[in-house]
Amino acid sequence: MRLIRIKAVTKKEIIQIRRDPLSLAMAFLLPALLIFIYGYAVTFDVDKITTVIYDMDKSSVSRELIDQVSQSGYFAIVAYLDQHEEIDAYLDKGNAQVAIAIPVDFSKRVRTGRDARIEVIIDGSNSNTATIAQGYINAIAETFPQRILGSGSRITPLIDSRNRVWYNTELKSRNFIIPGLIAVIMAVIIALLTSMTVAREWDRGTMEQLISTPVKPVELVIGKLIPYFIIGFVDTVLSILISVNLFGVPLRGSFTLLLALSSIFLFGGLSLGILISIVARNQTVASQMAMLSSLLPAFLLSGFLFSISNMPGPLQIITYLIPARYFVTILKGIFLKGISIQFLLWEAVLLTIYGIAVFLLAVKKLRKRID
Amino acid sequence: MKKQDGNNVGSVTHHASRFTHRASRITGSDIAVKIENMRRTFGAFVAVDNISLEIKKGEIFGFLGPNGAGKSTTIRMLCGLLMPSGGSGTVGGLDIAKNPEGIKRIVGYMSQRFSLYDDLTVEENINFFSGVYNVPKEKKLERKEWVLDMAGIADRRGSLTRDLAGGFKQRLALGCAILHEPPILFLDEPTSGVDPVSRRNFWHLIDDMSQAGRTVFVTTHYMDEADYCDRLALIYRGRIIAEGTPSELRHEYMKRDVLELEVDRVVEAMDVLSKSGIDAAIFGSTLHITVESESTGRQQITAALEASGIKVKGCEKIVPSLEDVFVTLIEVS
Repeated sequence: MRLIRIKAVTKKEIIQIRRDPLSLAMAFLLPALLIFIYGYAVTFDVDKITTVIYDMDKSSVSRELIDQVSQSGYFAIVAYLDQHEEIDAYLDKGNAQVAIAIPVDFSKRVRTGRDARIEVIIDGSNSNTATIAQGYINAIAETFPQRILGSGSRITPLIDSRNRVWYNTELKSRNFIIPGLIAVIMAVIIALLTSMTVAREWDRGTMEQLISTPVKPVELVIGKLIPYFIIGFVDTVLSILISVNLFGVPLRGSFTLLLALSSIFLFGGLSLGILISIVARNQTVASQMAMLSSLLPAFLLSGFLFSISNMPGPLQIITYLIPARYFVTILKGIFLKGISIQFLLWEAVLLTIYGIAVFLLAVKKLRKRID
Repeated sequence: MKKQDGNNVGSVTHHASRFTHRASRITGSDIAVKIENMRRTFGAFVAVDNISLEIKKGEIFGFLGPNGAGKSTTIRMLCGLLMPSGGSGTVGGLDIAKNPEGIKRIVGYMSQRFSLYDDLTVEENINFFSGVYNVPKEKKLERKEWVLDMAGIADRRGSLTRDLAGGFKQRLALGCAILHEPPILFLDEPTSGVDPVSRRNFWHLIDDMSQAGRTVFVTTHYMDEADYCDRLALIYRGRIIAEGTPSELRHEYMKRDVLELEVDRVVEAMDVLSKSGIDAAIFGSTLHITVESESTGRQQITAALEASGIKVKGCEKIVPSLEDVFVTLIEVS
């Protein structure tokens, strides 16, 4: 292995990247843009649920209930209806997700302490929102008589559970989505970046000249990895900065540790891209393979959104083969829990083994022959 | 001194005349390239069919044949880029099958398709190849200037390679392939798609390389370039159908005579002749006809043409061009 040859390859790659605006944009803008878009778009927090009210009671008590609903912050009342039939139209058209109908005898029943009923219709086509809306309304309904009747109410809960949430105190979904999102986006970007490098040389015919020289496969792979590693590293720093500064995700652990472990992940991901590029020998095939092999597992099997412990057994076993799984654990651990290396040793070791294995495979597959 | 053709062979000799005959200083024992019964198949297709060759050090060896004859396949096997399906061979004493990477250190290869980086400047391309060829630091600058000077592009060192004209690209590619001063050079159709003046200049460069003691193995499908070579092999459908110096090919393989016919209506004359069973080929404004013997051939031709009212202005026996030789050999095989 000669340093001079690695240096020549790296230098050449850097010049080529610099002269290609498209790959430059993909390298530096795309990750930031994706974090930005997904950071805003992907959220499981439900607020401003569109709601219509059909109040037949029209009493001070019913108005009090409506106030409670609107002031909770979770519901946005879009209309007050005069007829029950109108509810159908609102829900059918999707103009409202929730309809609350208050019966005529509502205030009477509340005051006399009898079973007071309200009718709540929820659009279940988005089950996640529906479940949450249901929870909010139940919470309001349970405490409502107490508020109206004062402390003398007979309704007191049997168990008073005082819940404390750790790591993500406000239960903001963004805090747990964004660190995982960094893993998904980085996995895709770095695989895409390097998936072009060798395939492009075949497509343009430059590979024939290159493999006629004494350059060794290992020198070629390292030489091509270096510039993309630098890009990947800058992207990671950018993503972390955006997460912390723009989305307010708390970074409780060590920034240095996060970067160190990210570098191991980058090494494996970049090597995978090169391996794909070597095997595919064609830019179109290579980029599609890179996209599929990085995005799908990172998105579905990394535990980024879908909890691995809820997956069926065989699928759980497969997740052990997905490097993004370990990176998601690392990111969430360092960002939210602020844990140190001794809790992430297993992940670090597995990522290292994965990276070295893929790298060696890429070197082995890069044969300096045309056939 | 002229190559020993003994006769006027047309305009080709004109460029060839500045070349000296080097056969005398090549001693029989220095073999640069040797292949025996080399074969290469792609599926059922036999691209190279049991060819054997010996090329001496310092020789310009021409590998001639039409497109698809197996020239590139052969050259790629010799450079260690393609594994032979059978047979054996050495390049610079190194075994083709066992030590392809060793071969890559001692040869320079210029592929048929232009394959430098066209998004790099002239100088960046040279720097890159000088890096991968591991040119020692202290020689790098000197070699770079040498290539720039040789290719005549010293003033365009900062230009993107894609902006260079064909001839300059070709010379830059040659320069990049010999940065490490390899003793053996493989050039695959280096002059295809280049204008005639650049082609001639390029052959002068090849001659210079050979003067400097390098072995040059060069393929071409331009028959008129054959006279630049010390020795030639004609390849057709994967087989070598003739081998020797240009003059040996003309005289030994051409047992029959070639007549050059001057007539008014060339195309019509060719039709008439083919109807009476005589094959003719158009060469510019004349027809070349291969005949068993000069005298009977001339009688036949004149009789056939005059019967159709075509006047024969002249009918000369000529020294066959390599194209005539090639056409005849292909008919025979």
